[in-house]
Order: sequence, then C-alpha cells, then structure tokens
Amino acid sequence: MKNKILRINNLVKNYNTMRGEINAIKEISFDVNEGEFLVIVGSSGCGKSTLLSILSDLETLTEGNILKNDSLKIGYMLQEDALLPWLTIYENAILGLKIKKIDTQENIDEVIRLLKLYNLYDFKDKYPKNLSGGMKQRVALIRTLAIKPDLLLLDEPFSALDYQSRLAVSDDVYKIIKKEKKTVIMVTHDLAEAISMADRIIVLSKRPATIKKIYDIKLEHKGTPINNRKDGKFSKYYDMIWRDLDVNI
Amino acid sequence: MSTSKEQIAYQRKYIRERLFVLASQLIIVSIMLFSWEYASNSGHLNKFIFSCPSEIIKTIIQMINNGDLYKHLFTTLNEIFLSFSLGLVMAFALAIIMYLNKIFMKIIDPFLTILNSLPKVAIGPMLIIWFGANAKSIVIMGILINLIVSTLTIYDGFQKIDDVKIKLFKSFRASKWQLMTKLIIPGATNSIISALKLNISMTLIGVIMGEFLVSKSGIGYLIIYGTQVFNLNLVLAGIVILLIISFILYIVVIFIEKIINR
Ligand SMILES: Nc1ncnc2c1ncn2[C@@H]1O[C@H](COP(=O)(O)OP(=O)(O)OP(=O)(O)O)[C@@H](O)[C@H]1O
Ligand SMILES: [Mg+2]
Repeated sequence: MKNKILRINNLVKNYNTMRGEINAIKEISFDVNEGEFLVIVGSSGCGKSTLLSILSDLETLTEGNILKNDSLKIGYMLQEDALLPWLTIYENAILGLKIKKIDTQENIDEVIRLLKLYNLYDFKDKYPKNLSGGMKQRVALIRTLAIKPDLLLLDEPFSALDYQSRLAVSDDVYKIIKKEKKTVIMVTHDLAEAISMADRIIVLSKRPATIKKIYDIKLEHKGTPINNRKDGKFSKYYDMIWRDLDVNI
Repeated sequence: MSTSKEQIAYQRKYIRERLFVLASQLIIVSIMLFSWEYASNSGHLNKFIFSCPSEIIKTIIQMINNGDLYKHLFTTLNEIFLSFSLGLVMAFALAIIMYLNKIFMKIIDPFLTILNSLPKVAIGPMLIIWFGANAKSIVIMGILINLIVSTLTIYDGFQKIDDVKIKLFKSFRASKWQLMTKLIIPGATNSIISALKLNISMTLIGVIMGEFLVSKSGIGYLIIYGTQVFNLNLVLAGIVILLIISFILYIVVIFIEKIINR
C-alpha cells in the first residue's frame, strides 16, 4: 500500500481584484503518494503556479482543505533559479539554512556533500554569473534540498533554459531527486518533459483549473528522462494527453 | 601561453588610441590656457574683467600663504559633508519606510513629485528667516536639494527587485528584517550608488547656492565677495577650487563604487 503524504480536498482559489473576482482554480482534489514523481500539466495561465503557492503557504486558499502532517517539510523550487548575484555559489546554496537559522554544522556538511556530488564544489567561491544555466539550476536545487524537504515543489524548473540544456539538466535534476529519494510535485506545460519524468500525470483544464484526467505513466523500460523519450509507449501517452489538453492553435 | 601577433597588434592599437585621446585633451587645455594668458597680457582681453591663469594661480597661492584657503575650504567641505551624510541617511530611511508601507508611499507620492519639481533655491530666503543667516541654513539647503531625488532613486532600486527572489525568501519564511537586509538592500546596491552620485553633485549645488545667499565664509562666499568688490581673480580662483573639489568628490564616489562592486 502506498503511503499518502498529502491530500487536497475540493480546493478552490479566487483572486480578488478591482476588476472583479478571478476564479483561478475551480475545484481540485488529489492525493500525493510518498516517493512519487507527480507532474501537473496544463496550459499557460491555468493556475499551476497558484496551486504550488497554496501548497507552500504563500497564498491562502478560498475553499476546501489540505490534509498533511504538521511535520511535513516542503521545499519550493521556483520558475527561475533566483540565485543572488552578490553571493557566492556556496553562500547561495546555504541561503535557506541561514534564513531559517538552521545552519548547523550537520546541515552545512550536507550542502557540501551535495555540492561535491553534483560537481559544483570547485565553483563554490565563484559567483552565479560565472556558471552556466544548468549549473545555476543545480545550485537552486541544492539550495532547496538543503532544508531537507520531504516534498519538493518544482515550478517549471527548466523553462528558462534552451532546449539542449533543458534535456541535460532535467536528466541531472531527475537523478538527484531520485537519489535523494524525494517526493515531487512538478508543474510544467511541456508535455514531453512531463511524460519523460513522471510516475503520474495530472492534466488540468484551462482556467479555472479542474482535473481533466489522471494518468499512471507505465513505460516499457523506465529509466532516465532522456532515455524515456525513446520509450515505445512515449508517443502513445503524448497523443492521449495532447488531446486532453485541447490546445487551440 | 603565447600571445598571437594579432593580439599584440590589437593591444598596441588600443594603447595608441588612449594616448592620442589623452594628448589631445592636454593640448586643448594648454592652448586655451596659453591663449587666455597671452590675450590678457597683450591687451586683447581686459585683464580686469577676464583675469588670466597666472593671476588665478597667484591668488590661490596667496590664499594658501595667508591661511584663507583653509578657512574657506573647511567651511564648504564641512557643509558638504553634513548635507551629504544627513541627506543620505534620511533618504535611506525614507525609502525603507516607503517600501515597507505602501499606503504611506501612496499618500506622500504626489507631494514628493511636486516638491521635486520645485526649484529649491526659491525657498532659500525663507530658510534664512527660519534658521538664521548661518551654516545651519546652508546645510538644510543642501539636504533639501538632494533629499527627494536620492529617496526616489533608492526607493526605485528597492522596487525593482525581482518578484521571484521575494517569493524565494517568502518560501523560506524570511522575516521582514531578513528580507530587507539580505535581499532588498543588497539588491539595490546599484541604485544606492546612483543616489550617492546624484547626492554628491546636488549637495555641491545646494551648498554653494546657500553660501551665495547667507555665508560669511566658504568658497561660495569667496565667489560672491569677489564679484562685489570686482576682484575677478578671486572669483575665478573660487571656481577653480570648486572644480578641484567636485573632481575629488567624483573620484571618491568612483572609488566607493569599485569597493562595493568588487
Ligand atoms: N496575485 C494575483 N492576483 C490576481 N490574479 C492572479 C494573481 N496571480 C495569478 N493570477 C491569475 O490567476 C491565473 C492563474 O495564474 P498562475 O500563475 O497560477 O498560472 P500558471 O498556470 O502558473 O501560468 P504560467 O504557465 O504562465 O506560469 C492567471 O489568470 C493569473 O492572471
Ligand atoms: Mg506559473
């Protein structure tokens, strides 16, 4: 039996503005299983970032509820790397620990281990401008992992990268996440990226977001994202979900 | 590592260009000074009205010898320092309050805009009535002239901080204090330096203007006094000293900028 670490019940989100109420999320319910890589796809502006912001308590919800253990630690990796240009790579990586005042020797050692493991240790005293987009993204991931989250929220983590580094970095990030055995909710509007990484995909409708369908992704040989793109079942999922997304060109 | 011929040629060309520019500048200045000197000594220019470089230098040396220069320099530098530092501290504090309190910002925004467009000299005479004909009025003049621009420049820098970075700090549950000291203020360094530069030149204007209006010493006083007694040597000596002061202040700011941006 799978352990559930999070349950979302009938979540509704409205934004109040002077131009009127914007219904961003209509009604959404789903569970998150421990250790899974859950991907949420939906067209742009449908409410994906809103959902992650609510899960990490940066936005309040309008209706419904979220059931989770109080001890559940959530790490949020944003749409851009958001590294601070005036801090070194090392200082950026421990930023969360500093802010949360949990920069204990043990936690710092963990960051150093991660920097070494993911080939960033030699750059620890360099500044973000000296690193490639992919390396910066890995630093941002380590900054998020440093606070030892049980659940990782990834908001289109690769959207700022060009196509080639996007493939390579998503491979890297995927391996890191699997190795560190984290539960993930990732949102994206890139369908191929979703299928190549996900254990499960939730397809959202256009705004206001509702759940259109949920897919268990069962590839023939599940491997790393780049290899998964060559899987026999990849294009079958692609066609099915493409139809659900109902993209008007 | 060996340097290619093209690289060496490029570097040589670059250095030659730099030298050429520098030499041209020196030549232009020398020609101007020499023709000025020549024209007033040969009677083509009225020496009494237009003075000449050698007389200006003589006047400055005289002031150094009788100690006048230090007195006036000290007065003006002291006023500049006070207006500059007080103005900067106040601008910084105001910008922070405006940033943290959006309602306050909205309330004072139109007042700032109107005050900013008012030529501050206009209130100078009134300041003298309120604060007396002394250095206090001059310092206040200097502050008035730099405060609003500096405040708006710094505030603008705060405002420009990326929303994603603010969201990042919020996701780590940063306190307001942490947000300000670790993100907003360091992120606005460039704007703070711009404010510094603006502040320096505005303060100089404000202080000299103030000295024109009330003072009994200072470089501005020298210039005004010189015009009143028709001593153009003194007026131009004052202007030369001002040029030197603003050049030094400029160098200091550039130096600070280098240190911060290292
Ligand atoms: N603070 C806010 N106030 C008002 N409306 C908002 C706010 N934030 C988001 N919205 C609106 O809610 C809807 C969903 O926004 P959201 O950012 O969640 O979409 P998204 O799926 O993440 O889009 P994208 O693919 O562009 O990142 C959009 O129509 C947006 O305009
Ligand atoms: Mg988004």
